[in-house]
Amino acid sequence: MATVKIPPLLRPKTGGQPVVEVDGSNVGEVLRSLTTAHPDTQAQLFGEDGDLNRYVNVYLNDEDVRVLDGLDTAVKDGDTVVILPAMAGGAR
Amino acid sequence: MASGAGVQTIEEIEPFEAAEEIEGGDVVLIDTREPHEYQEAHLENGKLVPPGLLGDEIAEAAPDKSARTILYCRSGNRSAIAAAQLEGLGYDNVASMAGGILAWQEQGLPVIAASGMSAEQRDRYSRHTLLPEVGVDGQLKLLNAKVLLLGAGGLGAPTALYLAAAGIGTLGLVDDDVVDASNLQRQVIHNTERIGMAKTESAKVFIEALNPDVNVVEHRMRLDAGNILDVIGDYDIVVDGADNFPTRYLLNDASVRLRKPVVSASILSFDGQISTFVPFEGPCYRCLYPTPPPAEMAPSCSANGVLGVMAGTMGTLQANEVIKLVLGVGEPLIGRLLLYEALGTTFTELKVRRDPDCPICGENAPEIPEAEMGQFPDYDLFCAG
Repeated sequence: MATVKIPPLLRPKTGGQPVVEVDGSNVGEVLRSLTTAHPDTQAQLFGEDGDLNRYVNVYLNDEDVRVLDGLDTAVKDGDTVVILPAMAGGAR
Repeated sequence: MASGAGVQTIEEIEPFEAAEEIEGGDVVLIDTREPHEYQEAHLENGKLVPPGLLGDEIAEAAPDKSARTILYCRSGNRSAIAAAQLEGLGYDNVASMAGGILAWQEQGLPVIAASGMSAEQRDRYSRHTLLPEVGVDGQLKLLNAKVLLLGAGGLGAPTALYLAAAGIGTLGLVDDDVVDASNLQRQVIHNTERIGMAKTESAKVFIEALNPDVNVVEHRMRLDAGNILDVIGDYDIVVDGADNFPTRYLLNDASVRLRKPVVSASILSFDGQISTFVPFEGPCYRCLYPTPPPAEMAPSCSANGVLGVMAGTMGTLQANEVIKLVLGVGEPLIGRLLLYEALGTTFTELKVRRDPDCPICGENAPEIPEAEMGQFPDYDLFCAG
């Protein structure tokens, strides 16, 4: 089981849960398990081509999966996957 | 070189000789006076080791016992005694400067003096100058620093308050908005009486009442490709608390061009993010976020709440980053993204790498010709805040 940290914008799609526990042996499988459990997250994480959307950053523990093996990056039991979209709130 | 501990055996050198050795480098310079004397004036790079703390602190100040070590005090007595003590501790290349800092100054040699500050300033900033990491030198750096805040709102309010209190000499404020009652839940630099006033002006009123040392420069505008280089060019550091993605990407591209450090934070609901982007030393905003999200994923475009205190938490973290950059101390958040989640009170740190393919700061990013300076892609194509 891996822990997925859900950003605030996606929480309405996970029933408000900030953290979701799912199975998967690599980052792609973990995210697929998430979209299976919470189908509304699919469109925001993945494009129609099945690739991860470019504006969504995914980290395995503290490392960006782009510098690891992307969605093929192996996930161990107890690892944390962080989904991180850009945020711009501040001034207004 | 003396090996005993007798005062009469130590080497004494004249201030001009000390100055020549210091100029030549490889000298450890120790100030053997009390902290209040050191604060008034000291030699550049002189390390304070008060006489009563010599045994405890000398090993850290002068770890190499064979290094050339020059001691000075006010008039030469305390440094001579300390020199003898050091020789007793095994230091074998120690000299005491005859006549101390008084003789040094009589010969017109330079010191770092608190005289750069008024009596009021010495009092106002005493809790800073007592910190070895700040000191008088550091406070003078703060007083000479020019910092631009993008946004005088949620994040900008607490950042501006603490930077003003810290004595940042010039604070520029960019905002084209006016104070609204709904701002006051988090924008603590404004108040009920000033509803309807321009935010830059309202902030200026507060800052000037807090600290008359701060010169507040109002930029009552929205930044665009045509004005950003002129506006940020005058500042040392930019603090990004912008409420929209177009401004964040625009600022990134301009700041990389001008090599200006940017302390960037954002807040939403109970979540905050902060990182420090120093061009070419670490990643830039585009390395972290190569593509802005579409409108439905861009939270600033729709009505989303934010816990007011989140602005304070993240804004004061921004002020802390600015002060570290100005002082050159500590470990700024370069190449690190810090996430804060207020409901669980958890901090998460993520690594951010420079993207070799970054179109702005990457190794092969094309040099934009002079004629295209200030030209940026059309940011209005996506969510405009």
